[in-house]
Amino acid sequence: MNPQDEKVIEVRGLVSRFGDTVVHDRINLEVRRGEIFGLVGGSGSGKSVLLRTLLLLIRPAEGEVDLLGQGTDVMDSSTLNQLRRRLGILFQQGALFSSLSVLDNIAFPLREYTELSSAAIVDIARLKLDLSGLPPETAAKFPRELSGGMLKRAALARAIAMDPELLFLDEPTAGLDPVSANAFDELLLKLKHDLGLTVVMVTHDLDSLWRVTDRVAFLGNKRILALSPMAELSESSDPMIAEYFSGPRGRAAGSEHRGTRSSVSDAGRRD
Amino acid sequence: MKLPEVAPQLLFEPDPATVRVAGQWTTSVVDEAERMIASIDWPTGTTVRVDGADITALDTGGACVLKRCLAELEDRDCAVELCNLSDRHRAVLALLGDVLEVAPPGPGRVSFLGRVGQSAMAQLSEAYSLAAFIGEVCLVFLRIALQPTRLRWRSMFAHVETAGFDALPIIGLLSFLVGVVIAYQGGAQLRAYGANIFIVELITLTTVRELAPLLTAILVAGRTGSAFTAQLATMKVSEEVDALRAMGIDPIEILVIPRVLALIVALPLLTVFADAMGILGGMVMASTMLDVSMHEFAQRIPQAISLTSFMIGVGKAPVFAVVLAVVGCFQGLQASGGAETVGSRTTLSVVEGIFLVVVADAAFSVLFSWLGV
Repeated sequence: MNPQDEKVIEVRGLVSRFGDTVVHDRINLEVRRGEIFGLVGGSGSGKSVLLRTLLLLIRPAEGEVDLLGQGTDVMDSSTLNQLRRRLGILFQQGALFSSLSVLDNIAFPLREYTELSSAAIVDIARLKLDLSGLPPETAAKFPRELSGGMLKRAALARAIAMDPELLFLDEPTAGLDPVSANAFDELLLKLKHDLGLTVVMVTHDLDSLWRVTDRVAFLGNKRILALSPMAELSESSDPMIAEYFSGPRGRAAGSEHRGTRSSVSDAGRRD
Repeated sequence: MKLPEVAPQLLFEPDPATVRVAGQWTTSVVDEAERMIASIDWPTGTTVRVDGADITALDTGGACVLKRCLAELEDRDCAVELCNLSDRHRAVLALLGDVLEVAPPGPGRVSFLGRVGQSAMAQLSEAYSLAAFIGEVCLVFLRIALQPTRLRWRSMFAHVETAGFDALPIIGLLSFLVGVVIAYQGGAQLRAYGANIFIVELITLTTVRELAPLLTAILVAGRTGSAFTAQLATMKVSEEVDALRAMGIDPIEILVIPRVLALIVALPLLTVFADAMGILGGMVMASTMLDVSMHEFAQRIPQAISLTSFMIGVGKAPVFAVVLAVVGCFQGLQASGGAETVGSRTTLSVVEGIFLVVVADAAFSVLFSWLGV
């Protein structure tokens, strides 16, 4: 089987419900190995609920979620925790532990999950720090001493500490200045290329959507209204999607990237 | 295409020196490989072939451990020859580059003397800021005294309610119990001399002069001083204090002064309440254990204690109130950085508040003994 076609996430007939409020009504979704998958939609469209469901933090009311080829609906909690070790997550605020230095933050999952010697753990953590594009001096710093962009990078380094097969990002570029946001996009493409990561990202950043995603799912009206590469999605005739992408910001981001898009996706698929 | 969970394998054949690396070298299982590396008796000064033909998976964590193994061999003057490694795995190994070559930046070690100096300087600068804060509060207080309409009465009375009225049950109960305990302990001694009636002096003097003011202040430090710090620290961390300043409103005037004044009002009232409850506790115990009836007890109180003693006890309360409120607000406004400083500042505020209250109480004792009251 071609690894490009392998499904890392498979969601069938997902229904999410809080009391009488239905958030998702029979959603189907597939994410392939090695792609960067975008998740967009207006506020309250259930992006966060879907992300939390995929992270196995919320159990679906109905339907099935398969992660990394395993069904999750009948798993007991210890198997679920085993599966969670193969996932990485970057929370919106970084969620670095404030009482630990950056290096100890990255080393934390390694110390918890493996019995590696502490010298090897420090080596791995320093490698992840380097892969995230942070200078070695950052290692000894504490989260409160970092700028927003560095914080996101440090949190990303922790997210990839265990070499996850699947990485979730919740608004990774929110609150970053344009230079840092661009740099973060580049970093993501590089990591995808170097580590063969599969990435699922929730984002409102249109530039980021154009730049890094292979496919984008648009959530609205409790369903997935469209699932296609960005160039197609932006041409969609659905009124909700059109409104999302045809505002001045959407048009600006689109016109800038439409020309360069093909070369970018080629670069991303080199491996 | 999920790979079966095959443990990493490492075989060392001494002749010719060959290391066979096989299986899954991924972060979650590579600790086993590290144990194997440690258990092998590595040769020195030869050429070692490292055969990676049977590696099924290699991620960066696995590559790190493999690289450490190769470095170990090089330290033993062995020439390492990597062979049969697939391009993919070679690429992962190449990612490591020379990141690990550079020595990790050690945490800046500070000598013992250096630490003493640092902490002394930190204490000094904190004392300096506290002095500056007290000065600022005094200035704002003077300004308000000249222009009483500037005082936030509403805010002040809200604090009187939460710091004073809401604290009545806990302070009442505690004082009552302390009165009971003192009567019980002291009563046993007095009964041995047949001096039961002096229980009145014992209870009223200790309660009114010392215990009630001190106990109330300590409880208020834990209950209200900490709350002041937590409130102001949260506001400081979430930039609300800066927002006030940016609007041209003095945070001291709107946040600190009402709290200080509220405590100056509430603490003496609470102290009087604690006096009454403590004496009541002693009365109950005296009547059940020492045959001193409540009536006798109450009649003797005016002889046992002078108005001066009562005023001394209650008079300490406003001083304690200023100490607690100023320390609480100061620590709150000193918070900076993340949410975790709210917790550490609150702890500091309670500890410092209680410490300073006890110090102030001791100072009062010295003062009164000089004055002979």
